[in-house]
Amino acid sequence: MTTTPSHETGSALAGRLQNTFIPRLSNLHVVAVLIALLLFGLLVVPVTQVIFVAFQDPATGAATLQNFADFFATSLFRESFWNSFYVSAMSVVVATVIALPLAYITTRFNFSGSILIQSLGFIPLIMPPFVGAVAMQLIFGRNGTINLLLRDHVGISIPFMDGLNGVILVQSIHYFPFILINLSASLRNIDRSMEEAAQSLGSYGLRLFQRIVFPLAMPGYIAGAALVFIKVFDDLGTPLLLNVNNMLAPQAFLRISSIGISDPMGYVISCILVVFSILSLWASFLVMRGKDYATVQKGGGGMAKRDLKPAEKTLAYGVVIFILLVVLSPHIGLLLLSFGTIWSFAPLPDGYTVENYLTMWEGSKTFIFNTVLYAGIAATLDVIIGTAIAYIVIRTGIVGRKWLDYLATAALAVPGVVLGIGYLRTFHGVDVPFTDESLASWWVIIALALMIRRLPYALRACTAALQQVSLALEEAAESLGATKRRTIQKIVVPLMTGGILAGFVTSFATAAVELSATIMLVSSNNDAPLAYGIYLFMQTPSGRGAGAALGIVAVIVVAIGTVASQIIIERDKKLKESGD
Amino acid sequence: MAKAGIKIENVHLSFGKTKVLKGVDLEIRPGEFFAFLGPSGSGKSTLLRAIAGFGPTPKGRILIGERDVVGLNPWSRNVGMVFQSYALWPHMSVRDNVAFGLRERRVPTADAKRRVSEVLDLVGLAHLAERMPNQLSGGQQQRIALARTIIVEPEVLLLDEPLSNLDAGLRVQMRRELLRLQRQLGLTTIFVTHDQEEANTTSDRMAVLDGGVIQQVGSPQELYDRPANLFVANFLGTANILKGKVEIDGDEMRFVTETGDTLGLPSVIGSGTNVVLRPQNITIQQTESKDTFQGEILHREFLGSQIRYLVRAAGAEIVVDQSHVPEHSWFENGATVHLRANTTGAVLL
Repeated sequence: MTTTPSHETGSALAGRLQNTFIPRLSNLHVVAVLIALLLFGLLVVPVTQVIFVAFQDPATGAATLQNFADFFATSLFRESFWNSFYVSAMSVVVATVIALPLAYITTRFNFSGSILIQSLGFIPLIMPPFVGAVAMQLIFGRNGTINLLLRDHVGISIPFMDGLNGVILVQSIHYFPFILINLSASLRNIDRSMEEAAQSLGSYGLRLFQRIVFPLAMPGYIAGAALVFIKVFDDLGTPLLLNVNNMLAPQAFLRISSIGISDPMGYVISCILVVFSILSLWASFLVMRGKDYATVQKGGGGMAKRDLKPAEKTLAYGVVIFILLVVLSPHIGLLLLSFGTIWSFAPLPDGYTVENYLTMWEGSKTFIFNTVLYAGIAATLDVIIGTAIAYIVIRTGIVGRKWLDYLATAALAVPGVVLGIGYLRTFHGVDVPFTDESLASWWVIIALALMIRRLPYALRACTAALQQVSLALEEAAESLGATKRRTIQKIVVPLMTGGILAGFVTSFATAAVELSATIMLVSSNNDAPLAYGIYLFMQTPSGRGAGAALGIVAVIVVAIGTVASQIIIERDKKLKESGD
Repeated sequence: MAKAGIKIENVHLSFGKTKVLKGVDLEIRPGEFFAFLGPSGSGKSTLLRAIAGFGPTPKGRILIGERDVVGLNPWSRNVGMVFQSYALWPHMSVRDNVAFGLRERRVPTADAKRRVSEVLDLVGLAHLAERMPNQLSGGQQQRIALARTIIVEPEVLLLDEPLSNLDAGLRVQMRRELLRLQRQLGLTTIFVTHDQEEANTTSDRMAVLDGGVIQQVGSPQELYDRPANLFVANFLGTANILKGKVEIDGDEMRFVTETGDTLGLPSVIGSGTNVVLRPQNITIQQTESKDTFQGEILHREFLGSQIRYLVRAAGAEIVVDQSHVPEHSWFENGATVHLRANTTGAVLL
């Protein structure tokens, strides 16, 4: 064919080129452009807007650094800045103290409590931290269960929940699973021969851990720790509920909600939040770069586990049960609070009732309906866009496709407060067609904000799902005459279903309890979702019982979601394995 | 470098309820290149790991030199092990990987540095000292793993399927290199493999394992020529096994198969009701003569230097290899032929 291509083969080739390349790419091109526009409008523009305003003179609109100078000249803001930094760093430390023993025990020993840790250890994540905060006050607060008992029997009290301590405790209890998950995964991914090689060369015990095991697990630890740091740094709900206002995110919220969207301080704070998010992501990226230490080989089974001696077993159970009790205290407290009559200055509620649930049901039907609506829309859009981006990035050669991925993932670095402020600023002047309402206060914008916030997670799920679909499966369909479009419909998407569903469920469950962005965007109580409802209930002592009941509903929603997505992933894995 | 022999006495080992080693006795001489050969699940790797000190503690005795190492921790044994996956630590440079064992032994820095350079020269990779393991090819990783192990001058070198992650060409090259190094250092070496060619080409002696039991120990040639049982006969090379019995008629000894075909037996090794015939010791001819038996060609494969026929004869399907001669005509499938077995030194089992 290279010597003298005849007319026929030449034109056939041209025809084939046209048939395959042009329609195939043009459809996907359109999709790519649409997604890019969407991300641009809902992510890039609002965030850029926020950064712009931070550098603008509020009166003249001229570029200036004055706002930052004002920020650092105000002692409240300086204090808030250091408080946020201190709380985040300390939360990482406390979360590490909780996660390290759990990760080590489950991965190194044949420990029957491992299942307990693996299931119960993740429970904190299924509760929004601010929900647990109130319950934690009742257990660990100055007049909470623990301190009342300590005062009566030992005569001391410990300020677990006073001021910043409270935020640190609530956040580290809530976010330690990020470190646990990542650290356990890297520990499990260390092939046992890594350790055995060192042992046969004379290394053991602490030195072995220090020189081989810990360095190999380091990337996982850093990833988890960076995530905890950002999450705590950005979080608005917990400090707000604990009434700790001298931190950055609450200050941003209070400035915007009390002074208005023209006050530059909210934007300066947003800028700082974004910079810190990016810095910690970048730092963890630098540490991780070129360090894929997953060393498990074919047939290798992770690190060698050994049996515990009876005394060690007792100690291990003691440590694990103690940690789990602390970790589950918000849930226990919330449950007690939701069924309690009055709980004040007493170790336990005075009596028990289902009254709170009835009150909650009366007062929060709209909240629940709104939540299902918003989270449903957000999660549906997330998996559609996620699948499309995953396909475009992995399977096509569209120019700039990587940028779609980067852009969608960049949402990770945008704190909810910042996105909320950005939307307010960008859309407050834009009217929804056919109504007088501003786009910024229209309920749909809440769903869209949730969609952008959860997109990175859905995208990861979809990408992982697509990577598991071998290209050969697609090529087989195409060689049997299926067009690109039919192949995607009939082969790719069905094979990705498990991953997509898991992504949907996770996005839904976490969007359902998101507070940071929504609290900025809710314009009337009728538009409020569940998380906002809990926040409202918790504002008054008499509403706490009903708020707790609503919190329990939130926990159940997220729990069902998490379990469902796990089941889907497991079933999918089995299906794929049997197909091999 | 201290050469140590290894003595394994009545070693039993179980994973939970599964018995993996069922009474292993073995003696490996100082400086010997010894292979453990067996199919997967035969217990060969488990035995190797037991010598290194990994896995459950076995019952019985394992003597390295004069010392019983059963129950000792791996780090107190002075046994060097090269892993199938090489197990180079990805967070350390080649130099740090190689120097690791010396550091654990608190060898002074200057001395350690010199020994690292020496050993890297020995494996021919001194120029890669500053690389990270993921920047090395499979063969290079293999050599570094070897360097990391021999630098601590272990009494015994254990190699767990060291060539299985390399591609075919490199495998041949590496096994020669391994042998060269082993001879140069004079290290007592045990090599685990499921590949008989690897074991044959490298080892002084080998042990064939199956079902947690040593089937036979000897030089590769001994094992091939005088298999102790049907498993060894079948596992090493291709064997045709014919059932029947030996008949003695005056000076003449014959083997009469169950189908009544007879083979002359000028000399035999062993006794039993099976005769082992290697494919290259049988010839195919068109005409019948004394001591031939009749068969039918079932299948033919051209292997280059040889043509391999599958012939149905004497109640069995017999593999016969004939040297390939250009222009020589082949026997066609379905053809009736006569087989003559060269039974000099044939083994009865």
